[in-house]
Amino acid sequence: MQAFTSHHGIVAPFDRANVDTDLIIPKQFLKAVKKTGFGPNLFDQLRYKDEGQLGMDNSKRPVNPDFVLNQKRYTNATILLARENFGCGSSREHAAWALLDYGFRVIVAPSFADIFYNNCFKNGMLPLVLLDMEIDELFQGVESGAVVELTVNLQAQEVRLAKGKNYHFEIDPFRKKCLLLGLDDIGLTLEKQQLIRDYERKQKEICPWLFEDIIV
Amino acid sequence: MSPKTLYDKLWDSHIVEKRDDGIALIYIDRHLLHEVTSPQAFEGMKIAGRTPWRTAANLATPDHNVPTTKSERLAGIDGIVDPLSKLQVEILDVNCKDLGIVQFGMEDVRQGIVHVVGPEQGLTQPGMTMVCGDSHTSTHGALGALAQGIGTSEVEHVLSTQCLLQKKSKNMLIQVNGQLATGVTAKDIVLHVIGVLGTAGGTGYTIEFAGEAIAALSIEGRMTVCNMAIEAGARAGLVAVDAKTVEFVKGRPLAPRGAMWDRAKDYWLTLVSDSDAVFDKVVQFDATQIEPQVTWGTSPEMVIGISGKVPTMGMMKTSSEKDSLGRALGYMGLSEGQSIKDIKLDRIFIGSCTNSRIEDLRAAAEIVKGKTVATSIKQALVVPGSGLVQQQAEKEGLAKIFVEAGFEWRQPGCSMCLAMNADKLGQGEHCASTSNRNFEGRQGFGGRTHLVSPIMAAAAAIAGHFVDIRSWK
Ligand code: SF4
Repeated sequence: MQAFTSHHGIVAPFDRANVDTDLIIPKQFLKAVKKTGFGPNLFDQLRYKDEGQLGMDNSKRPVNPDFVLNQKRYTNATILLARENFGCGSSREHAAWALLDYGFRVIVAPSFADIFYNNCFKNGMLPLVLLDMEIDELFQGVESGAVVELTVNLQAQEVRLAKGKNYHFEIDPFRKKCLLLGLDDIGLTLEKQQLIRDYERKQKEICPWLFEDIIV
Repeated sequence: MSPKTLYDKLWDSHIVEKRDDGIALIYIDRHLLHEVTSPQAFEGMKIAGRTPWRTAANLATPDHNVPTTKSERLAGIDGIVDPLSKLQVEILDVNCKDLGIVQFGMEDVRQGIVHVVGPEQGLTQPGMTMVCGDSHTSTHGALGALAQGIGTSEVEHVLSTQCLLQKKSKNMLIQVNGQLATGVTAKDIVLHVIGVLGTAGGTGYTIEFAGEAIAALSIEGRMTVCNMAIEAGARAGLVAVDAKTVEFVKGRPLAPRGAMWDRAKDYWLTLVSDSDAVFDKVVQFDATQIEPQVTWGTSPEMVIGISGKVPTMGMMKTSSEKDSLGRALGYMGLSEGQSIKDIKLDRIFIGSCTNSRIEDLRAAAEIVKGKTVATSIKQALVVPGSGLVQQQAEKEGLAKIFVEAGFEWRQPGCSMCLAMNADKLGQGEHCASTSNRNFEGRQGFGGRTHLVSPIMAAAAAIAGHFVDIRSWK
C-alpha cells in the first residue's frame, strides 16, 4: 500500500448528501477483475449523459457540463469535499479504487459510511472527518473561489488553507500509523500467527463444531 | 460479571488480540465468497505468495453476474453470453479449484445468492462470526451470528489470516412492540425503521432487533429485517437465538450432528442479551402502527406507508433536505404530494437476498393465484434465491401459479436487484421491487425503483399500480 504522509492539492466540491457507492462506480464496471482502470468511470452516471459500459471509448461520450468534475477549474482536483454519509450502500471496494484511480487522495466529509471508510484506508487514501460547521465553511470558501487548494498533514492531523486557517481532525492511532508507514495489515496480522493458533486451540475445546470443515 | 448484550457476547468470544489503541483482532468462523468482490483478493494473495489460512472455512458461489434464463443456464459457464460476466464466474471457478475452496458452481442445484445459500445449508449458525465481500452479509445475523460485509482488501485479509482487524461498534436496540396487522410484513418493519433512523442512523452500531413483533417473525422474516440493517448504516443486524432459530438450523447439511448438536444447541440458547444489559441507544417502535411501506425516492430512507403521499418541499427543514427531495423527485419523475397508489408501474421484480426465500414466494403466489398481471406491466419477474428454493417452489406448484398469472419464472441469482446481468430496467421505468436498494441507476440506467414486500409487489403486478394489500381483494 502506498504511504500517506501529507498531501497538497486542488479541492473539488461535491455538494450532495448520502452519496452511495452505486453512484461512485456503477455496477457494470464491477465486472473488471483488476484494481485499476476505474478512474475514467468514476461517477459515470453524473459525468456523462449516456449509459457507460466497460471498455467504451469515453472520449466519444456526451459529457454533462454541469457536473463538478467536468468543470475546468476542478479537472486536476485531488481532494474531494463531500457531505454526510459519503460512500453508503454497497461494500464494493471498487468505489475507493475508482476515486484513487481518478486521482483523489483525500475525501473530506462530515461523516462516512462504515465499510467505505475502511476501504479507503486499505488503499492509501485518507477519508477525513471535519465538523459540519467546518464543512459548510469549506463549501462556501470553495464556491466563492476563496479556497482553491488544501494542504493535509496526517502526522499533525491538520488541514491548512492557503490563507491562515487550520482545521484539526481526529483519526484513530492505528489507522494513522498504517497510512503513514504504508503498512500491509495482512503482513502485520501474520506476525500474530501464534496468537491465532492459540485462539483456535482454545476455542476448539469450547465450540468444536465451529471447526468442522465445510465438506459438501 | 457485568451484563452483556448479544453483540458483546459474540464479540468477546472472538477476540484473538485486544490492543490498547481500541482495535481488536477478531477471529472469523465462516467466509462466503462470490465472483464480483473476490478476484482482486485472490490475485493479491497470489502476488504476496500467501495461501488460505483455513481453506475449509470458506464457501463460494457465483450469484451477482449469472444469467437467469433457462437457455443460458443449461450450458453452465459456457452459456453466459456476456464475456465479462463469464470471465468473472470463470475466475471464481479457477480460484476455488486451485485453492480447494468448496464452490456451488453454476450447474450445482445448491447455487444461489450467497445470503440465501448460507442459512439454507446450515453453514450459518448461531454464535458464529461470518463475513462476505458483500454488504448484505448482515442477513445472517437473523440466526444470532455476528455477520458483516467487508471490502475486497478485507476479503484478502480473512482468506490469508482467518481474522479481521476491527474496532468494536456501539450497541443499538430496536424494539418493535405489539403485533403487525395482517398484510404487514418483516419488510415493512425494516423499511419503516430505516425511514425513521435514516440511512446513516445506524452507522457505527450493531443493531439488535427485538420485541414482540420480531419474536413473532419466522427466521426468514428475521433475515429480511437483518438484511436491511446495512441500509440504516449498521454493518451488522442481530436477533437473539430462540427455539425457532434452533429448529431452523436442525438437520441442515452443514449443521452439527449427534452429541455435537446437543452441545451446540445448549450454547446457542445462551445467545441472548442479558436482561439488564445496557445499550448505547434504544429506539422503540409500535408494530400496530406500521403500514405496508413503499419507497418513493432514491434512498431506502425515502419511504412512506401505502396510504401516504410523496412529501412536499414545505415539509423539508434544511436546504440539504430540500436539495435531496428535489433531486429524488426529478429522478423518479414524481411530483410533490402525489399519492403513492397513483404511481404507474412498468416492471415487477420479486427476488434478491431480501425476499427470495420459499416463504416469500409462497406469500406472493398466494396473492397472484388465479389472477393475471396487468396488461400495462411490461415484465414481471420472479427469481428464486437459490436452486433449492427454485426446486421447492416448482414442487409446490408455485412456479406454475406465477407463470399462469403472466410472471416469468427464472433461474436463481441476484438478477434485477443490481442488474449486473441482462435483467434490468429501461430508462424512466418504474419497478415494484422486493430488493433492498433504490439508488439512482441501481436496477438499470435511469430506472426507478420502489422497494416493497413480496405481497405488495405481487398485488401491484396484478393491479398495475400500488394497492393497499390490507384491503385489496
Ligand atoms: S441480491 Fe442484491 S443485495 Fe443481495 S447480494 Fe445480490 S446484488 Fe447484493
